[in-house]
Amino acid sequence: MRDVAVIGVGMNRWGELWEKSHRRIWTEAALEAIADAGVDHVDALYVGCMSGGLFMGQEHLGALLADQLGMGPIPGTRVESACASGGLAFRQAYLAVASGEHDIVLASGLEKMTDVDGGAATYALSTAADQEYECYHGITFPGLYAMMARVHMHRYGTTREQLARVAVKNHANGLLNPLAQFQSRITVEDVVRSVLVADPLRVLDCSPITDGAAAVILAALPQKGSKREPVKVAASAAATDTIALHDREDIAWLRSTDVAAAKAYAQAGITPEDLSFCEVHDCFTIAEVMVIEALGLTGRGKGGEAAASGMTALGGRVPVNPSGGLKSKGHPVGATGIAQVREAVLQLRGESEGRQVEGARWGLTQNMGGTGASSVVHIFTRA
Amino acid sequence: MIGSALYWREIPQRYRYEAASCDACGKIHFPPRLVCSSCRGTRFSRTTLAPEGAVETFTIIRVPPTGFTAETPYAVGIVRLDDGVKVTAQIVDADLDELRIGQRVRVEFRRVQKEGEAGLLCYGYKFVPVEV
Amino acid sequence: MSIGIVGYGSYVPRHRIKLEEIAKVWGADAPAYKRGLGLREKSVPAPDQDTITMSVEAARRAIVRAGIDPVRIGAIYVGSESHPYAVKPSGTVVAEAIGATPEIHCADLEFACKAGSEGMYIAMALVKAGEMDYALGIGADTSQGAPGDALEYSASAGAAAFIFGRERLVAECEHTYAYMTDTPDFWRREYQFYPRHAGRFTGEPAYFKHVLACARGLMERSGTTPSDFRWCVFHQPNGKFPQRAASELGFTKDQHDQGLLSPTLGNTYSGSSPMGLSAVLDVAASGDRILMVSYGSGSGSDGFIWRVTDRITEVQHLAVQTREQLEGRRVYIDYGTYSKFRGKIRMGAE
Repeated sequence: MRDVAVIGVGMNRWGELWEKSHRRIWTEAALEAIADAGVDHVDALYVGCMSGGLFMGQEHLGALLADQLGMGPIPGTRVESACASGGLAFRQAYLAVASGEHDIVLASGLEKMTDVDGGAATYALSTAADQEYECYHGITFPGLYAMMARVHMHRYGTTREQLARVAVKNHANGLLNPLAQFQSRITVEDVVRSVLVADPLRVLDCSPITDGAAAVILAALPQKGSKREPVKVAASAAATDTIALHDREDIAWLRSTDVAAAKAYAQAGITPEDLSFCEVHDCFTIAEVMVIEALGLTGRGKGGEAAASGMTALGGRVPVNPSGGLKSKGHPVGATGIAQVREAVLQLRGESEGRQVEGARWGLTQNMGGTGASSVVHIFTRA
Repeated sequence: MIGSALYWREIPQRYRYEAASCDACGKIHFPPRLVCSSCRGTRFSRTTLAPEGAVETFTIIRVPPTGFTAETPYAVGIVRLDDGVKVTAQIVDADLDELRIGQRVRVEFRRVQKEGEAGLLCYGYKFVPVEV
Repeated sequence: MSIGIVGYGSYVPRHRIKLEEIAKVWGADAPAYKRGLGLREKSVPAPDQDTITMSVEAARRAIVRAGIDPVRIGAIYVGSESHPYAVKPSGTVVAEAIGATPEIHCADLEFACKAGSEGMYIAMALVKAGEMDYALGIGADTSQGAPGDALEYSASAGAAAFIFGRERLVAECEHTYAYMTDTPDFWRREYQFYPRHAGRFTGEPAYFKHVLACARGLMERSGTTPSDFRWCVFHQPNGKFPQRAASELGFTKDQHDQGLLSPTLGNTYSGSSPMGLSAVLDVAASGDRILMVSYGSGSGSDGFIWRVTDRITEVQHLAVQTREQLEGRRVYIDYGTYSKFRGKIRMGAE
């Protein structure tokens, strides 16, 4: 397998993009990545999208988007793994280049969530869980994560305030990210007084509904004379776990992240202590707490203290979600995993405009589907 | 939204709690499946879930999905049944402020969903607190 | 050959509303209503409860008491005036849920408040005819009372289920009798949400005419008088009517009280006298004779004379008892919650 690097990135300002169709949103991001990479073509494209069908009535996105790029007849592949669709699309693109099948590949993510009403959007998102044995009973995604949070709080003493600190931190970071959906500072008080969604989680514990796209260009190393400093993919790994939360061995442990991360650390030849920063899947505040435990950044059950103590803040021991995370950057489902990669690349290039992690050397992205039924972990370093 | 065949196929599980225990390792699967998640065995015997258990975790849904507005707010939990199987279901007839991890509950037949005013009525299992 | 009840069970929902709560909203004189109706509070079905769900739980309890494999039940009749579907029987869902399918006869019954007792009669008659070993008759309702109407104070929810057979009886049926005429005292047209009634006409010419005639006819045919009975159970649309019927027939308070549930249960319509019977069976002793007379508007009454056997004491505690549920842990709700539960609020389209 060849070494692979990311040589270009693109993304639009995320939010409720009423005036832009999904084609427009995606193509803007793709063109920016292609320009950033300084390439004049791509050999193949991958797009992560959780549900073009339910959100837009549009499937067949691989072909549609190749068409939009005017680059037919290249192969186009739509990848789905619920909220990890973007990360998994990146992995498929990585494998395509690493294997020698293609030389320059576009890995992208897209979700247009605001063309349907709230009920339909919630339903589309719910398809990431067990339809007949979880959703049938009236559980929602905030509800599933709320149940995980309750176990975590009961067993480890994680507090309501500690969860709020994750949201506060990520909003503070988002203020420094011009493309983030929310550019607003929030306080712990704001979080704990926001409307209850599913006890104990409140509105400000939850990532939003967002329209957006992101794209990156992958190419084989070595890259001669590339426009940008290439960022090497040091590791790529994925893993699954039971689809239903109730079938997990431990409701408060993200085994799929643990397994994928272990494989990734081994591939990259590093340990968690070597990480300069991470971009992780904070779909809910409790998710970030549990993810950093599964990544080995803290001991099991100890994730609650991390944001509160400043360990994961910008300037802390290992900044988590310098981009603002899903919480303030937004969560257009299929695009999230790719935006994480973009942030890692910008950080390692030293181009993170105001939220730069000093001396960044190793960055990790973790993208997760459903309540952790799938996880995709990548590790990046300077080439 | 709910197809007849989709609903009807799950009746043995939703109405009678029919599960499958792996002949090789004894793990109980609910719903039944083709491959044991523990030992990859493919032979099973029919069994029925235990009717009582304890609340493993729960939440109170205050922003409901479509179709659940009439019962909002309502509690959903994961119940660990006395046979070790964990299921997700609503916990009803309970004081929402008094729900606790570890609380004993027993299964009761309830209507879980209805498709508007003209569609199917969908039944299944919920849990009620066991009287002390 | 003896025919009778092999197992019985009942279901009372957990929620209650006090009459004062209802009266408050309509500016009515609560104490006067309570006195006039002989009611204090009534049961309220939760949004996820209906005739089917309550029938399933009552039937499960009956099966436990009967101690039989449900697959041997050869027929199921659910009598109700609030079947969840207008077309698709409650009985099929109940039969599936209790494991009695597929070799089983079924159709739903309607006769206002006496559909349950009719279901019991038919089930028992099939066993008597030798058509099957066991049959199940259920009375259950979640009936509606129009907002602000007198019936809103009494319309409640509950279910009782009876398994009939020839062996291991807990109560043998000694006699039955029916008294039925076409009497328009209370009705509901198709597609109407609430029933209508003819006010005071529902008394003498309707309830009392049929209940008294049925009770007298039953006692005449069996050569019995009130003193031959330990217990009596009448249809209970409120607390007053059944007490008046009992006393007019010559029954005492002691005979009547145990089976009189309406003061705190309300009117469970097709569940009414069946549930009253279940409450009596819960405490009855071997040899006790029970007179039971139902009433359904439209109108008619089914009468039964039951004689309790030795086996009753083996089963009374095998499942939760009726008064245990009635008097046990209750959740009181206000009128707003009651309206939400009963679907009286016009919801947005979903």
